[in-house]
Amino acid sequence: MSLITTLARFEAVRDGRARPVATVRHRHLAERPLVLVPLTTAGETGAPLGALVGTERTAPRLLTVCQPRDRDQRAAFLAALAEEVLPHIEGFAAEVTTEERTETDPATGRRTPVRVELCTDAPQLLVPSAAGVEYVRLLGRSMRFRRTAEQDPAAAFPAPPRVPMLGRWLTHFAERAQVPGSSLLLSMTGLLTRHWATGQSPLEDQHLGSLLAWIDPPDGLSGAEAALRVELERDAEGLLCHPPAGPATDPAFDNKRLAPALARYDRARAVGRGVERAAAEMAELLATQLRPAWDAVWHGLDLLRALPEGAHVAERWKRDRWSYTAHRDRIRAGEPPQPRRDDAVTAARKLASRETAQARLEAQEALDDPLVMAGRRLAGEAFAGEVTAVVMEYTEAKVPRPRPLVTVRTEDAPHLAEGARVHRLLADGRTQTGEFTAAGPDRLTVRLTGGMGRGRQPEPGTVPEPGERVCWTLFEHAPRGGPALPEPEHTPWTHGGPPGAMADEPDPVTAEDYL
Amino acid sequence: MPPRPLDARALAALAANPGCRRRALLDGAGVDKGALAQALGAPAAFGRSQFAFVRGHAFESRVKADGGAELVRLLSEQLGHKPPEPDEVDVPELTAAGPEGRTARTALALRQATGAGRWALLDHPMLALTIAGTPAYLEPDAVVVGPDGGWTVVEIKSFAMIDGAADAAKVGAAARQAAVYALALRGVADRLAAGRVSEQALLVCPKDFSNLPTAALIDLRKPLATTRRQLSRLVRVEEIAAGLPEGVCFDPDRPAAELAAAVAAVPAAYAPDCLAGCELAFHCRERARQAGLVERLGRSVRAELGGLATVESVLAAAGGDGGDPDDPAVAALRRAAALRAEALGREAAPCR
Ligand code: SF4
Repeated sequence: MSLITTLARFEAVRDGRARPVATVRHRHLAERPLVLVPLTTAGETGAPLGALVGTERTAPRLLTVCQPRDRDQRAAFLAALAEEVLPHIEGFAAEVTTEERTETDPATGRRTPVRVELCTDAPQLLVPSAAGVEYVRLLGRSMRFRRTAEQDPAAAFPAPPRVPMLGRWLTHFAERAQVPGSSLLLSMTGLLTRHWATGQSPLEDQHLGSLLAWIDPPDGLSGAEAALRVELERDAEGLLCHPPAGPATDPAFDNKRLAPALARYDRARAVGRGVERAAAEMAELLATQLRPAWDAVWHGLDLLRALPEGAHVAERWKRDRWSYTAHRDRIRAGEPPQPRRDDAVTAARKLASRETAQARLEAQEALDDPLVMAGRRLAGEAFAGEVTAVVMEYTEAKVPRPRPLVTVRTEDAPHLAEGARVHRLLADGRTQTGEFTAAGPDRLTVRLTGGMGRGRQPEPGTVPEPGERVCWTLFEHAPRGGPALPEPEHTPWTHGGPPGAMADEPDPVTAEDYL
Repeated sequence: MPPRPLDARALAALAANPGCRRRALLDGAGVDKGALAQALGAPAAFGRSQFAFVRGHAFESRVKADGGAELVRLLSEQLGHKPPEPDEVDVPELTAAGPEGRTARTALALRQATGAGRWALLDHPMLALTIAGTPAYLEPDAVVVGPDGGWTVVEIKSFAMIDGAADAAKVGAAARQAAVYALALRGVADRLAAGRVSEQALLVCPKDFSNLPTAALIDLRKPLATTRRQLSRLVRVEEIAAGLPEGVCFDPDRPAAELAAAVAAVPAAYAPDCLAGCELAFHCRERARQAGLVERLGRSVRAELGGLATVESVLAAAGGDGGDPDDPAVAALRRAAALRAEALGREAAPCR
């Protein structure tokens, strides 16, 4: 946490209400995001228990597993999830524009421009919390190596037709979620904590209901009171009144409600009577655990939509569109599912590209948002102030170039060494570079070294005038990576990437998989 | 109420927050903190789902089936040895009366197994360790004795290892717990002047999404050093107790107000991590809130703020109404507040 964010938390404690840590929205929000609230069975990794899913706030589809140990029910759940999720994900594949990019011709080794498709939009998946993102990854992993009866007629327990495909897409979404600033798969707690600071710890912020209570408390309560109530309130039986859908369920719920309902369901099945009623009862029960988190996600969306979008958000979303398009192409090219483990080269490349994405995100958020820039200024990574003097100077070349000296008055204390490069955003969106030359009391002088056009005289508007406010950063605005191209990990193998190792075998399925 | 014995999980948690005298005293004195929290009106949210319990149990018995052959196979595979035949693994009987009896029985079994030059699986042995002056009895899932006289702690966990990797935080917690067992085992080895305690523990988890076991060796050298250091730093329980007023009592049957006063008499060190590991967390959190302590926002917050310990003093320093302006923490806060206000547009920028 930076000191400026820490201070915001203290302000929240003081006010009994969350305080902003951003003035614009730093993540893309789809017009119609697909919301997924999953529930999992305790003690069994990745075993689904239920889910609410859909794009309509008032009409989620409820999917349930009445007996988590029943392999067929689990398969039916995953098939229903695929039926609900895949049409949405695949619905963005057809509408494309074309973009030009340079590729190395495999035959000649020459870099040549090619025209490639880019989907005009991409699907967005939202889950309640960080644990939900991890759960999407687990679901993806558990499904992508399964084989359908069509793929493998000899498979002992064939997967329903669309399940492996859903596994591949969920894996892709979860993988993409590790790229800083990406928006294909986001958690609502992550979104909200990026924009608001509460008066509780980051650990406690993982409870979406309690986080929302700090940001938008109900009438008559302070955020602090409302959050505490959401977190702790239990009914007479000891059940949580505001279950967080973790995706794990509360142990009290498991022991007092779920276990008896399961037993009733098993009994109904054993006697072959009342099965439907028992199943309906189970669905109702699971809905009580899912619905609060479902509503909370949409409530969070309302709050986020009220913020104006940051200037660079669309540029980052374009990278997400590339990522989506590239995965679409891999599937179309008939490539096997993502491997279990990345080989060393791929792992290193992913790491490097995530580091670049992190630097890019930090730069862009600061440029888009004065409150984020304030944090960078406090850290000595930027400075802002009013121009007090501009002295025109020129290089001594045959055709002299302008090299004006701009002095600003500032209280900021950047960590600058003489000759350090600094960067400034111009009105037209270009970046101007300068060189730090001298510091006086409350004064810093920068020599402009670029962004003034080609002539002897600087183009109008490229040199700030006395009285103007300017902000210089010590960090680059577009750290490595340049224009929005697909990340290396998303370059389809058919587009010149290295062919990976042999496709992984499916997990062996034995009776031992299920108790 | 019978005192609750200290187990390895409690010890590892204690070692994670060694600065908390409240916990050290209550655990050392065997107070049931869960019951105490309930009596204080701030019950802990810990509980175990019966589904997790049943599955965990089934997994452990599966791993230990076939007279220990499966478990020894997993270990020898990790160590690169040839797995023994099932009849080459001994499973000594360890039942005895009371914890002292079981501890003695375990020591005897360890000596015999070490001398035998064969594989042996000690299922739920009992080990003793004296912590801050209080004896604690510990019950690891298993200890395997190898033909070379090496003793290996086995941790059987129900979280999955997927594609060879498990949740790092959970593995870390398992390693800390295993380190406590290894420390206790070293005591036995020293007393017997036999055996050698391995600096690696065997972690056994379900493989991928199945109920089949898979295993990995976890390095105990670091957690051993940390745990030993932290346990040695724990203040002796008698010393804490000596600092208490006469007649302090933590019996959960006493009235809540009296209990609250008793608890308040022992200094605590609340931080949000307590929520994951200590039954008293909701009570201590509320007290920390009332006292305006900064740690409740996170342990790291304190480090950022130098000597400022309360919310009030931080806000006063930020607002320019308090604190020594020459203190770098105060100066940084003041600057942070000015920059925040400027960016939020509540105040004209100082140089505009
Ligand atoms: S919750 Fe209280 S008693 Fe427990 S470790 Fe934290 S401060 Fe100590």
